[in-house]
This record gives sequence, structure tokens and C-alpha cells, in this order.
Amino acid sequence: MPQYLALTYTADVNWWAPEQADELAEYRRFGVEHADRIRASAVLHPTSTATVVRVEGARGGEVVTTDGPYAETKEALTGYYLIEAADLDEAIAVAAELPAAWGGAVEVRPVIAAK
Amino acid sequence: MVAEHGSVAETVRVEGARILATLIRTVGDVQIAEDAVQEASLAALGAWPVTGVPPEPRAWLTVTARRKAIDLLRRESVRPGKEQDGLQMIELARSDLPPDQVVHDDLLRLIFTCCHPTLSPPTRIALALRTLCGLSPAQIAGVLLTTEAATTKRLTRARQKIAAAHIPYRVPAEDELAGRLPAVCGVVHSLYTAGHAPVDGGAAYDVDVCAEAVRLAELLHDLLPDQTMPAAVLALLLLTEARRPSRLDEQGGVVTLDRQDRGRWDASAIERGIELLNCSLHRSQGQADAYQLQAAIAAEHARAAGYEDTDWTEIVRLYDLLVSVAPSDAAGLGRVVAVSEADGPAAGLALLADLAPSPRWHAVRAELLARQGRYAEAAGALTDALDGPATQPERRHREGRRAVFLRLTEP
Repeated sequence: MPQYLALTYTADVNWWAPEQADELAEYRRFGVEHADRIRASAVLHPTSTATVVRVEGARGGEVVTTDGPYAETKEALTGYYLIEAADLDEAIAVAAELPAAWGGAVEVRPVIAAK
Repeated sequence: MVAEHGSVAETVRVEGARILATLIRTVGDVQIAEDAVQEASLAALGAWPVTGVPPEPRAWLTVTARRKAIDLLRRESVRPGKEQDGLQMIELARSDLPPDQVVHDDLLRLIFTCCHPTLSPPTRIALALRTLCGLSPAQIAGVLLTTEAATTKRLTRARQKIAAAHIPYRVPAEDELAGRLPAVCGVVHSLYTAGHAPVDGGAAYDVDVCAEAVRLAELLHDLLPDQTMPAAVLALLLLTEARRPSRLDEQGGVVTLDRQDRGRWDASAIERGIELLNCSLHRSQGQADAYQLQAAIAAEHARAAGYEDTDWTEIVRLYDLLVSVAPSDAAGLGRVVAVSEADGPAAGLALLADLAPSPRWHAVRAELLARQGRYAEAAGALTDALDGPATQPERRHREGRRAVFLRLTEP
């Protein structure tokens, strides 16, 4: 069965802040409702906690880190779900149930099947 | 024997598109199916001018394309991880034609895949032209006003997305159809518009895009006869197409509606268009969509024996509905013209103030100003209109009108 990564892009929030409790509960409800399709999922700490890692030149080169996310955008990557669906139509139907779909956006990307 | 070769090429193109739909379902890959049909078409184009067209060209092409597909699949399966599907090979080895009902369903699948809402609108048009009309990337580039390389890249990416993201090869269920039809009808309608008013003017391509759009509209209506939207699109295209011969004079100059020779309008296309529109309206029970309203406007013009017999009050009423259902610059300007015919140029000019200026907006304004005897302002508005993109005939028409208005300003 094809797998899709549903990336949630929303306001760059701290999910553990008390004001996020209601929305977090909505995500939990989504997780329970679609448990049979979800292979993995995660919510992420805000982008202020992110570090971008680059290695100069080639493997073994100097490790250069910068503070903050890879790309500054209005909506940040705040979580992901690895879901199984028969086809893109089904994957979209599931993604449309994610609160991020109306509070931001969900990017649905097909996962390359393991050979 | 150019004409004969032309008809062989036409047969190969039309039949090729018809068999592609079934082959895509059988091999489960758009690229391999397209390559197989392409190779079969090339074989036909090589053989038929010498041997003559076989008595059953469709059967010939089908069997040849299946054989080519088997070769391509075998080559693919040499690569690790590719397993050959036995059932698939059995179906490809058959020598009989798929039943009409199967072809019918496969064509619908292909239409809904090409016009899937997760593909961008220009990609949908490019895919439809490639797979449903059998046009080459170079020909499609001419229609989309882009380069052959860009079109090839767009088509390759689209096929990759269809395969990688598993865009389903399936006809939407009855309850999904209403949501999916606008994207399909949008492709057919944009295609017709692209053929009708190419922005860069001259005949940039060797394909009659309007005819291809009408063919797609016919196909869609034929496949989904009970749906009102495809019927309305076909009605709109037929009613517009019926007037095409009289829109340009022998020198290629624009002939405006008031000066068109209505005797040259295609009466049978008009009759069929009106009938389709009426059926479509009857079935949608009064809730008219944008295509039905545009077709109804075209039908009003077609019904009038002469320009002075036009029922402008009815046309204004239809435009009022159209701008409320589907607001657009073109609908807004059409409404301005209708209102000024019904209530005079001052009413039209007042409405123009609310619309965004464009070359066509300036051109409409020029005509309204001229009708008020304000020729200098009218000529100025045409200068503004000529400042933007337009087709060659449009440009010449506007230059001609400006010269007329400038002469009228002289004492």
C-alpha cells in the first residue's frame, strides 16, 4: 500500500503551551480516528529550537551549525504523519482531516517504496 | 500526396489516443503506454503510405501497440525490483479489440486522471492535448505559448507525479463527480479560449485548437450524457464556433458582431447548441452554472436575425447572473457592452469605472466615448488599448478605429 508523508505547516507554536491544548487535543483525536493508517507521527518543538547542520567540503569536513530553521517562512513545519493510503485521493481525504489543513497547510508527499 | 498522408496521420493520431486509454490501464504506467502507442504510430506512418491503410486500422494499431508495450515492459523488468505481472502479459498478448464499453470507461479514467485537481491547470491542458488529442510536445508548446523543451519537462513531471503519488486511474464515484467535473470542463473551455484568442496573434501552430477543444467537448458529453456541465460546455463551444467563419474578413481583419454576415453562421451548429443548452438547463432545474449562462448569451445572439433584433434586456439579465455566479474581467466587460446597448453609453461608462483596466477595457471605453461624440478621448483610449498585448487582427482593428476617430476630431 503506498505511503505518504503528510507534513503540517502552521503557525510556529509551542505545542505544550496551555493555549495550544485544545488544538493538540484535535490532533490526538485525528491520531485515534486514523490509527489504522498512521505508521509514524511526530509533533515538533518550535523552529527557534532548530539547528541547521552543514559539513564543509565533503564527509569528515568541518561541521558548521547555524541557529534556527533551514527556511524562514510564515508557516513553519510543525509536525508530520506517515500515512498509508490506496492512492492520492485517499491520502488527500485523510490529510484534509488534519487541523493544520484549515489552520495552515498540509503538504502530502509520496514516499518511495522500499525495493 | 500530402493530403493522403495528412489523412493517414490524422487516423493514426485519433486512433492512437483512443487505444492509449486502455493501454495505460493495462500496463499501469502512462509513460510506457505512451511510448508503445508512439512506436506503433510511427510504424503505421512508415508502413501505411506504402501498403495502404489496413481494413481495420484500429485493430492494427492496438495489436502493434500491445506488442511494443510487451517489449518495453520486458526491457523495464531487466532492472532489479521490477516484477512482470503475468495477467498483464496475457492481456497484452491478446489480438482482439477491447469492447466499446471498456474503451468508454478507460477514456473516462484517462480524462479524470489528466484533469486531476492535484495537477496544475496548464499541466492538465498539456496532458489532455498529449494523451487525449495525440498532439506532439512542439504542437502543445504552440498552444500554451511556451517552448517545446518546457512542455516536454512539464509532461515528464506530470507522468512522474501520476506514477509516484498514485493519482488514481479511476472514474470518480457518482457523489464525487460534481466536484471533479469543473476541472475537466475547465480544461476543455480554456483550450477553446486559447485557440480562439491566441495572445501573440498569428497562427503560431499548425493545429486547429478550437476543433480539438470541440472534439474533447463532444467526447466528454458522449461519455457523460446525463451530466449538465459537459452538455453546457459543448453547447457553448458549438454556439461560439458557429460564428467563427464570420469573425474575420478575407484580409484577416476583425468583423465586429454588428457587421457580421449572419448568413455565414453555421445554422446546424447553432440549432444543436441551443438544443443541448435547453436539455442541460432543463436537467439542472434553473440553477444555471457559468457555462450554461455563457451558452445562453451566445444563444441569444445566435437567435437574433440581425444585430438590431438582439434582445439586450435578456442579455443584460444573463450577464448579471454570470457576474454573480462567476465574476471575471471578460464577463464584466461583456456586461458593460450589453448594458450600453440596452441603456445607452453613459450607463456603460459608469459601470466601466468599477472594472480593472486592460487593453480590452480601453477598447470598450473607446467605443462608448465615440458614441457620445467624444472622439478625441476615444482615440486616446485606443492608444492605451494598443499599449498592451493583443492578437494581430485585434491590433489592426484598434489602429483602424483610432484613425477613424482621429479623422472625426478634425474640423
